Amino acid sequence: MNSKLYGNLIFELSHPGSKGYSLPSNPYEPTELPKALLREQKPELPACDELTVARHYTNHSGNNFSVDNGFYPLGSCTMKYNPAINEEMAALQAFTRLHPRQPQNTCQGALELCHTLQQSLAELTGMADFTLNPFAGAHGELTGLMIIRNYHQSRGDTKRTKVIVPDSAHGTNPASAAVCGLEVVEVQSTPEGLVDVEALKPLLGDDVAAMMMTNPNTLGLFEKDIPEIAQSVHACGGLLYYDGANLNPLLGVCRPGDMGFDVMHVNLHKTFSTPHGGGGPGSGPVGVKDFLVPFLPSPHIVKTEAGFGIADDSFIHVGQHLGNFLTNVRALTYILTLGREHLRTVGPLATLNANYIKEMLKDVYELPIEGLCKHEFVFNGLKDKSTGVTTMHVAKRLLDYGYHAPTIYFPLLFPEAMMIEPTENESKQTLDNFIAVMRQIAQEAKDTPETVQSAPHNTPIRRVDDVLAATHPILTYKQLLHDN
Amino acid sequence: MANIIEGLYYCESHEYVRVEDGFGYIGITDYAQHALGNVVYIDMPEADDEVTAGEEFGAVESVKAASDLVSPVSGKVVEVNEDLEETPGLVNKDAYGNWIIKVELSDPNELTSLMDAAAYAAFIEKK
Amino acid sequence: MTYKFFPHTDADVQAMLQRIGVESLSDLYADVPEDLKLKRDFALPGAKSEIEVRRFFEQLAQKNQVLTCFAGAGTYDHYAPAIIPTLIGRSEFLTSYTPYQAEVSQGTLHYIFEFQSMMAELTGMDVSNASMYDGSTATAEAMLMAANNSKKSNRVLISATTDEKIIRVVQTYAHFQGVQLDIVPAKDGVTDHERLQEMIAEAPTAGLIVQQPNRYGIIEDFTGMASLCHDNKALFIINSVAADLALLKTPGEWGADVAVGDGQTLGIPMSYGGPGVGYMCVTEKLMRKMPGRIVGQTVDAEGRRAFVLTLQAREQHIRRQKATSNICSNQSLMALYVTIYMALMGNQGLKEAAQLSCDGAHYLYNRLIADKRFTPSFQQPFLNEFCVDYDGNLDALLQRLADHGILGGVEVDGHLMIAVTEQRTKEEIDLLISLCHEQ
Repeated sequence: MNSKLYGNLIFELSHPGSKGYSLPSNPYEPTELPKALLREQKPELPACDELTVARHYTNHSGNNFSVDNGFYPLGSCTMKYNPAINEEMAALQAFTRLHPRQPQNTCQGALELCHTLQQSLAELTGMADFTLNPFAGAHGELTGLMIIRNYHQSRGDTKRTKVIVPDSAHGTNPASAAVCGLEVVEVQSTPEGLVDVEALKPLLGDDVAAMMMTNPNTLGLFEKDIPEIAQSVHACGGLLYYDGANLNPLLGVCRPGDMGFDVMHVNLHKTFSTPHGGGGPGSGPVGVKDFLVPFLPSPHIVKTEAGFGIADDSFIHVGQHLGNFLTNVRALTYILTLGREHLRTVGPLATLNANYIKEMLKDVYELPIEGLCKHEFVFNGLKDKSTGVTTMHVAKRLLDYGYHAPTIYFPLLFPEAMMIEPTENESKQTLDNFIAVMRQIAQEAKDTPETVQSAPHNTPIRRVDDVLAATHPILTYKQLLHDN
Repeated sequence: MANIIEGLYYCESHEYVRVEDGFGYIGITDYAQHALGNVVYIDMPEADDEVTAGEEFGAVESVKAASDLVSPVSGKVVEVNEDLEETPGLVNKDAYGNWIIKVELSDPNELTSLMDAAAYAAFIEKK
Repeated sequence: MTYKFFPHTDADVQAMLQRIGVESLSDLYADVPEDLKLKRDFALPGAKSEIEVRRFFEQLAQKNQVLTCFAGAGTYDHYAPAIIPTLIGRSEFLTSYTPYQAEVSQGTLHYIFEFQSMMAELTGMDVSNASMYDGSTATAEAMLMAANNSKKSNRVLISATTDEKIIRVVQTYAHFQGVQLDIVPAKDGVTDHERLQEMIAEAPTAGLIVQQPNRYGIIEDFTGMASLCHDNKALFIINSVAADLALLKTPGEWGADVAVGDGQTLGIPMSYGGPGVGYMCVTEKLMRKMPGRIVGQTVDAEGRRAFVLTLQAREQHIRRQKATSNICSNQSLMALYVTIYMALMGNQGLKEAAQLSCDGAHYLYNRLIADKRFTPSFQQPFLNEFCVDYDGNLDALLQRLADHGILGGVEVDGHLMIAVTEQRTKEEIDLLISLCHEQ
């Protein structure tokens, strides 16, 4: 990363008369469209030549931190390496140039590819079948809850309107439940950081549609009572939903389907190495047990004697076509590249890395819950609370040293939460360097706390005024011009 | 230490109501503004809307948090504090001086179920 | 143990295990009940080398036919300048996370701000969010927004002339959210204005959704709709194909409160339907009710201009079940496609491409209907996509075209809908015409 900011906006490089495209000359008669249907005001877009555009975005890329230029200890985000071969396969013209409404006999390769991914995910997670249509993890959650509600409704069981969510859950869980028209009921965690089974039981009844869980949970702890939880939820007629955000540490060890989960989503941009792309596109396939397969959304890819086809008979539609197809191509590339033998090693190595960092730092950072973690763990800030250096300060200071910040102030259970997740791709050497820096920051907090508190110092910009941004919103270039 | 003013009525969700001439001036307490941090936006009802004791009538947002506004009393909104639309941070400067809505109380008896300053002080002490 | 993506040597693993205080990797899972563990190999193929991976996908690719595309219905084979994939592929964009840490994400934050600015210009609206999943989910989110915005009504109207797949997605969201979604019938291929007025008069309405161009490619006249909606306190929501707005009257000019749609037509390959990019633009009044990420301008500690994710109190990670939506990501990288595309094309390029598509479509239309077996389905204006009725076996015609490497269009409600973009040459159009006429 450059430490010097390239801060132009493309609008500021506009040079009226310049252009960055070439089109064939128009051989047709001009069409006369009714004036009343045409736009009157022309859009104020930049006019730039190609090199200006190339330099602008290349220079902006230098202001970004990314997996390819540094380590992300970002809890619950699983910032893996994104293999180059994934990109090459997703760029094949026989994929990029397919129209989604092509006759099925002209896109059997694409259908077979999707079907293979559906089946592979089912095997990896212990589910019966998958839909690839959801565009992201949160979209997968919503789709999964729709499937659950539709299932209950189809049986005339209409009073199930509650979803139980642990207090440590990702914010998307309650939000997805609300969008699906369900009421959220929180269940508390025990002091050990696990779902409190005794607190759960009184919440279970004939009004519960589902319980949503991650396992391991957002503290990185394996919910070892999951068999009892599954049994209790099922006994009241509810279904169990698995939030696949934390699937990575279990790859090769145990499967959500075998733990008793009925519905789940997988974040392909986490566990299956598709790039985060600065916030998307992701992909959030949803898997279900046998009895829920008829409720999977349409369109759905099926294998028939005549080849691969598309079923279109479900009430649920969550997108126009078959989801983020090219993202799904990347995930299948990853699965085939690693194969059964290396996929088994993903979880254990990720877990090894997390435990190693935890053990190496717990003498200077406060570890609120002792014991083995899985892919991630949570510190409650620095052990020495007397310095005035907070989790926010440590996070920002890490940026100065060329690391991304951990996930901070989440989960909400600890006031100074700092959630750290290294993936299996990070070497011992990378972790040792990171550990050394974390220790150094802890030392700085004692010696020169103001340096840490005023961090970052070496990044393209310093800390931003987010109060100004929210009280005085400027969201477009036009607003920016009028503001000046 | 949060400022608490005598003569106001308080509720557990940290709103206060100051009663003058049959009108209730509703805002958030100093304790609440401290907990939220810099207030960046207040979602307010419109004049003539009805509010109900114990029910939401809007929300206060800071950069990293948001909290629903719950009305301590029932009645018709006769005025909203328009200064807060432009400068929501006034609530941080003086929570009691910058009420959010002015309500024509429909049932003054509701005030008896609210806390006085001493009770509210004891309530936040326990938190 | 070592593998190209696993840097640990056996010695590293041993040293780390020792530091943790366990003996083996499986000891790290001592807390997982034994009977939950998978005690067999995955029933999946073994690891493939890159050579084998390439061969596998190339074999799949051979089972796909890349056809000369005259199909549309929401996804179009538009031209994209060659430099776009090169810039998109930069790993600083591709492999970066959501720009929550503004100090090390100014690259992403700048282009999202540019995207928002450009989309607001294109749609004629005040503000835009950082993008949505696709056009259909953006429309569904707009429907939820309308229902939440209205104090008195939980009913949203959608025109029957909206794309069928979009209607189905909106219906799905409405069903689970408990929103009453009523369909305004079509007349002569466009929204029936009379029925619309009656339906709005019948019961309180929170919103109206229409599409431009509509499901048959027709450019609808929305005159009077905005005031009809606003007189009844309903939001007016227009779904548009982004590229078409280079020529067409904008949602802003029609008086819309919310403009949504798909931006695939702005530089993104068809990609079998995804990833594309949804957009949502609204009036300033609705800014804080908008779902999704939003980037805003601010300053850093040294007073320099900087950009940051803002108005986050609306979002799921803060408001949880009270958020405006559960959406957590945007299609960020696809928004970058659109941004670079518009930076290169500018207003002039967008207009030229749209005009070329429009003129080519009219050329094709006029010649096609010279043969009596092809009759216009509607007498309505269109841009670059139109419907005809074929007096013959449509499936056989499309198959015959496919045999000649042509995707001749899509079937919509029994009509043949054909789209032309600037990528189609006159020769390709002439070939299509001659194959249709020979049949």
